[in-house]
Amino acid sequence: MSTRLATGGRLLDRSRRCDFTFNGRRMQGHPGDTLASALLANGQMMVGRSFKYHRPRGIVASGAEEPNALVGLGEGARFEPNQRATTTELFDGLTCVSQNHWPSLDFDIGAVNTAVARFLPAGFYYKMFIHPRPFWKHVYEPFIRQSAGLGRASNPGDPDRYEHFHFFCDVAVIGGGVAGLQAALTAAEAGAKVLLMEQTAHWGGRAPVDGGDIDGQPVADWIAATLARLQAMPNVTLRNRCMGAGVYDHGYALGYERVADHTPGTDAPRHRLWRIRAGQIVTATGAIERPLSFAGNDIPGVMLAGAVRDYAVDYGVSIGDRTVVVTNNDDAYRTAITLKKLGLDIPVILDARQSGGGALADEARGMGIRVESGKGIAKVKGGRRVTGVAICAQAGEGAALEEIACDAVAMSGGWSPVVHLWSHCGGKLIWDEARAHFRPDPANPPRGAQGEAFVVPAGAANGAGDLASVVADAHAAGQAAARATGHKPRGKAPEAGTSPEAAMEPVWLMPQGAGVKLRMKAWLDYQNDVKVSDVQLAAREGYESVEHAKRYTTLGMATDQGKLSNINGLAILSDALNQPIPQTGTTTFRPPYTPISFSAIAGAARGPLFQPVRKTPMHSWHEANGADFEPVGQWRRPYCYPRGEEGRVEAVAREIRQTRQSLGLLDASTLGKIIVKGPDAGRFLDMLYTNMMSTLRPGKCRYGLMCNENGFLMDDGVVARLDEDTFLCHTTTGGAEAIHGHMEDWLQCEWWDWKVYTANVTEQYAQVGVAGPNSRKVLQKLTGDDISAEALPFMGWSEITVAGIAARVFRISFAGELSFELSVPASHGRALWEALLEAGEEFGVMPYGTEAMHVMRAEKGFIMIGDETDGTVIPQDLGLDWAISKKKADYIGKRAQERSHMADPSRWKLVGLETLDGSTLPDGAYATAAGHNANGQRHVQGRVTSTYHSPTLGRGIAMGLVLHGPDRMGEVLDFPKLDGGIVKARIVDPVFYDKDGEKQNV
Amino acid sequence: MLILTCPCCGTTGEETEFHQGGEAHLVRHGPGSTDDDFHTYMFARENPKGAHFERWRHNYGCGKWFIMARDTVTLEVYGTYPAQTHEPPQHIRERVTAKRPGWTWRDVA
Amino acid sequence: MSEAVTPLNGARYEGLAIIADAGLSGMITLRGDLSSKEVKAAVKQAVGLGIPAQRQALTGQATAVLWMSPDELLLICAYDGVAETIAALEEALKGQHFLAHNVSDARAYLHVSGAGARETLAKLCPVDLAPHAFTPGMVRRTRLAQIPAAFWLEDRGVFHLICFRSVADYAFTLLKTAALPGGEVGVYR
Repeated sequence: MSTRLATGGRLLDRSRRCDFTFNGRRMQGHPGDTLASALLANGQMMVGRSFKYHRPRGIVASGAEEPNALVGLGEGARFEPNQRATTTELFDGLTCVSQNHWPSLDFDIGAVNTAVARFLPAGFYYKMFIHPRPFWKHVYEPFIRQSAGLGRASNPGDPDRYEHFHFFCDVAVIGGGVAGLQAALTAAEAGAKVLLMEQTAHWGGRAPVDGGDIDGQPVADWIAATLARLQAMPNVTLRNRCMGAGVYDHGYALGYERVADHTPGTDAPRHRLWRIRAGQIVTATGAIERPLSFAGNDIPGVMLAGAVRDYAVDYGVSIGDRTVVVTNNDDAYRTAITLKKLGLDIPVILDARQSGGGALADEARGMGIRVESGKGIAKVKGGRRVTGVAICAQAGEGAALEEIACDAVAMSGGWSPVVHLWSHCGGKLIWDEARAHFRPDPANPPRGAQGEAFVVPAGAANGAGDLASVVADAHAAGQAAARATGHKPRGKAPEAGTSPEAAMEPVWLMPQGAGVKLRMKAWLDYQNDVKVSDVQLAAREGYESVEHAKRYTTLGMATDQGKLSNINGLAILSDALNQPIPQTGTTTFRPPYTPISFSAIAGAARGPLFQPVRKTPMHSWHEANGADFEPVGQWRRPYCYPRGEEGRVEAVAREIRQTRQSLGLLDASTLGKIIVKGPDAGRFLDMLYTNMMSTLRPGKCRYGLMCNENGFLMDDGVVARLDEDTFLCHTTTGGAEAIHGHMEDWLQCEWWDWKVYTANVTEQYAQVGVAGPNSRKVLQKLTGDDISAEALPFMGWSEITVAGIAARVFRISFAGELSFELSVPASHGRALWEALLEAGEEFGVMPYGTEAMHVMRAEKGFIMIGDETDGTVIPQDLGLDWAISKKKADYIGKRAQERSHMADPSRWKLVGLETLDGSTLPDGAYATAAGHNANGQRHVQGRVTSTYHSPTLGRGIAMGLVLHGPDRMGEVLDFPKLDGGIVKARIVDPVFYDKDGEKQNV
Repeated sequence: MLILTCPCCGTTGEETEFHQGGEAHLVRHGPGSTDDDFHTYMFARENPKGAHFERWRHNYGCGKWFIMARDTVTLEVYGTYPAQTHEPPQHIRERVTAKRPGWTWRDVA
Repeated sequence: MSEAVTPLNGARYEGLAIIADAGLSGMITLRGDLSSKEVKAAVKQAVGLGIPAQRQALTGQATAVLWMSPDELLLICAYDGVAETIAALEEALKGQHFLAHNVSDARAYLHVSGAGARETLAKLCPVDLAPHAFTPGMVRRTRLAQIPAAFWLEDRGVFHLICFRSVADYAFTLLKTAALPGGEVGVYR
């Protein structure tokens, strides 16, 4: 049983206690514990069940590479699944639950899968669930969904706060171990601005566990001293609990700072995402120990040798009383020696190397530990806990030579540099034959904006072995980074102790001739339950590419992304394919290094800040008066203003009736307004619009259409000529920024010699549409200026003073009534709105929303960009030939409209549609034609583009595009509905109301 | 995420402050042009593995369009220059040549 | 005439930084040939200041001139003095190709000040706000979370920030959230 030792634990504050619960059981730990060390201290070895076979699983590692110890952390809205216990700092009051079992961790129904594991090999799901096809939707998919997924999703409504932070530096050092500290110090002393990030709460990494001297100081003292030096430097920023999550193009990196995970309930943001731009990035990310592949290597109690040592030294936790050490390298001997010194029993060290270990092996023997060379584990005994091992010759097939009782196994298959961040942005790897690992290829680094190398690996992450070479390599990395950012490095690397070790020997399978029964119990990927036999099967079935084998077996696809399993897996694959490991290569390393929270990625963009909401100057009035808003782009516009118990339909009908009969007000402030000025402004607008704008006289307005170079209609609006040199172009609500950009594009990139300036003044003005037969009367109450039909005719504009506010008034109409559009400085918008409401009271004035506006324009047969157009419609389709100048040699889109398909008479054209039964056509409905196409679908001959119930006419009206439509007036078309019925509609003129325009022109 | 330096205002900023606007140095073909010329102008685009010339707008900044020579494989930026330029400037071509001897892009080399 | 109302209507928040509505201010977009002597003279006459260098601001008595782009300046003056200032510009630039337009009402104008001002902005803008990197007199047009914004730093350490009027609430709430207590990053020293 794992337990807390009476002494030790360099990271613990034993004077204080933290209470926490695991699956409801009360447990105790100390500040400084990780959740994993605290669970182990409480004897909780088994922490979860595996994904596929639901096998009991224990803690394997002590850091970010942990595949098994995933828990659901917290409660209620703060519940989070799949949190790694090894990287979760313990705090008082922590609660967590284990995952992937039912009904309980100790007794789990799904564990039956392990009994039938022989029938659930790699690719089982692919093969099993492909036939018969119809079973997929109703049988297989529900079944797979039921059993898929790891952990359960948290409740919506995260109560915490998250934020981003943009940071710029010369050198970002990722990893705060000895290498990171040294690299940061070297770069900082050269004068570089340095950011040093460490993912855990502690500086110095694993070095203090193994000891040694730097500059004659014990390594722990050197770490403290170096940290103090860095803290004192103004050009250094230190960040612990901050993981380098990813490295991207041009020196961009993400840091994931867990600001308050360990102090819930404070006012700090929980996570902060650092968006870092660095000249150079030093990856001092250390190395990860590899498991060995022997039968039963997943039984709780089997742990990485380095992790066993970490738990003993850092947290004063022993994994078991009797620990068998099994290794292919010298480092694992340190675990045996450490445990022995703590008074724990080491029954045997199994060294798979025939020639055995070096000096460390001698030291172990000297302590009286039995060391067996050329031996390995045939099989681990036990179910929920290790009870013993059967040992065998590594060279053989697994015949047990001896059984040894033990309650823990410490394994080491060698160390792999953490090359993830080096690789994220294209850094290549080379295979180091001697150490049997991939390390960064210095000839192929990630390259930045100038083609320069911008990532420098340092220390163990660069394949360095002992302390001396780690420190020397890190110093060199710090120098390189400083030099690359224009600084002059000084000084020498500190001296550190060396510890000669015997060469490791790669061991990919233990014993090397293990038969199929053993291989089926030799786990590669703990979290996704992938075994040696699965990878071999994938190779046999033709999945030879490492990327294919990964997906077929799911090796490395779990939340740990194969940190423990990838190298072992691809070694097995290489062996099965009989090719060298470098030829197999690795799968792609992708950010983030370990999972980061979605909330951190979102940052402040949630709730009311999810996206910008644009508000007009009258917005607060609309809000206060019960407007029912709809989004139009990022604007919020009143859809209607319901009164009392009114629904939307009644409110819209009332607003339309009142506008047509008397007086309505529309907040039209969202319309785009662009000033176009200069001697070439008219010539420019002639190119921009399909019709002629240069002939417009000052004081007049003209409706215009704008196409893109492809010929398709993109925007429309009214242009007013302000003076000889100046035009004011109105755009659609959604189009203001895009059209302004479109204008600047042509002016800057095509006609840069034309003298034209533009300015987007959309938000300078509040705009109010005053519409209805009484609109002139209400305006006359508020102005002394002449607004008679003679002084201000239809499609004219002038400057007047309304309610004491300087305004432009445009005689334009989208409702088809006598209308005035008033434009005033936005700061006076609400004042104007209220003045109009007050003055209009005697006429029963009503504000109307966007829906009433839409219905009224449809009654008039006016098109709407985005309804009648969809990016494939040209003005000619909409019968707008009158707005296309025949005189102009050129305009944007003209050449495209001459292409054969654009000039094809069989293009669908705009018509009005009137249902025979007075109902409203479904939006987007298609008109069917005789016959079927090659896919067995009905032929179609038109579609609905706009459809409304018209309260004015008391019936449904619609517009649509129909084949030869304008030539087929009076014909009746069939429009199938979603419910299977058919609506019959007659083709009519699209202008339903006031066909001669008498009402607007008075 | 790229870093771009706007040649119009001198700001060096990240990609989110800019907007990519497709291939640069297109020659407009309007009314009177042949179908082939118009088709080429409108639709035919390079798809180089190597140096490419793209239009970018500094839309969160000075609002100006400019042209960036960028390597589509390494993302190396060979330089930026004003949009009021008919063809890649000599010094930019030389930088490309130094990295990619024998390169071509449309009829530029 | 009615009282002009700013979109933030005097809003103010004090947290790690002070976020405050800067009140009504006259703003004029001036586009033209910034190197010409006519524009130089016109600006001098209108607001009493010269043409700032690229991405710089010049500040005078209640006026300022900001370099916005190679052919655009933003002139700042009293809200009530805009018509007069534009008239002065138009008079001085008669016959020249230029555009001068009132944009006073198109903007929300905020002051961000206090010890946490730099960090507050650095949470929202992809800009190096370290004291050695962003110095008084600089103007930066950039992205404030999801909206365009521009800010400049005056000598007394106050950031002046403008964005479009319609997103005033969004900008204020963003800045306020970034300045909430507990969110100190502690990197600028």
